[in-house]
Amino acid sequence: MSELAGKAIIIVGTLFNLFGCIGLIRLPDVYNRLQGATKCVTLGTCSILLGVLISSGVGPTGMKALAAIIFIAITAPTAAHALSRGAYRAGVPLWEGSVVDKYEEEGS
Amino acid sequence: MIIAGALVAMISGVLLGKMTTRHPGRGLNPVRYFWGVCYIFVLAWWVTMANLDVAFRVLHPDVPINPGIVKVETDLESESAKTALANSITLTPGTMTVDLSDDGYLYVHWINVSSTDVEEATHQVVGRFEPILRRIFE
Amino acid sequence: MIYFALSLLTLSGFLCLYRIGSGPTPADRMVGIDILGILVVGFCALFAVFTGRGFYLNIALAWGLLSFIGTTALAKHLEGKKFDE
Repeated sequence: MSELAGKAIIIVGTLFNLFGCIGLIRLPDVYNRLQGATKCVTLGTCSILLGVLISSGVGPTGMKALAAIIFIAITAPTAAHALSRGAYRAGVPLWEGSVVDKYEEEGS
Repeated sequence: MIIAGALVAMISGVLLGKMTTRHPGRGLNPVRYFWGVCYIFVLAWWVTMANLDVAFRVLHPDVPINPGIVKVETDLESESAKTALANSITLTPGTMTVDLSDDGYLYVHWINVSSTDVEEATHQVVGRFEPILRRIFE
Repeated sequence: MIYFALSLLTLSGFLCLYRIGSGPTPADRMVGIDILGILVVGFCALFAVFTGRGFYLNIALAWGLLSFIGTTALAKHLEGKKFDE
């Protein structure tokens, strides 16, 4: 039972990873790509690790998977934040269809 | 062996707590831990919604996006609460924190801008998390 | 089942590599590197299920740490600062 549930969660996680990488290809500028890809890949990888945790049960393997889940859920948004700020400071422009840019108006 | 390790950890925590944190008593309140567990469930719900949203936008043939950087306001005080808020905003539907200014403003990249006004954007972006984070960290 | 998951992840990895190779700005390539680093953690977890050996998860943890540090160093470099600022 737990074996089956773990495998189902792993498949869902890989599908979300694939959607995130399709977003990396299709979205138009750095910020949109970073946004879509970070969200989808974070949840996808956390789902894979959760599937490992569920199918292996409480033990050394499961606890390592739990530590990896917590670690990824904290560091992936931080890395995205650092990259977006760095890209803005380096002068990468927004997509031409963007509506508003308060950051430029108010000064960085 | 495990008990010895737990004792050493407890002693060093009591001795160093006043040196390293500003409010050492805060970590002992069980109500905060209850709200922390609630926060994990709220965050998991919004993260799932965010992923379905991104999957919809990516698989739609026209890629329906309307991006821009808006400015939102937060009145959380402590640094750890602001960090948790910024990370939560990055993981929730359509928003990503770009910068955090010193006087309580966040610059948020929003994939589908529906309002450029500071008050309205604050209500839509920050309003999901601010009450529960205030109960945890302040 | 496990072959299906592995092939989906391999396809995502190739999409990331396409973005790293063809990104118009340096920031696009760095986004690709960041995402690829997180994907490798998922790969290691899948290998742990596939082979039934737990030590792949140690590799996953260490890889996650190093990937995060590398991404922050790249972001600092993009911002035009030295690493110790």
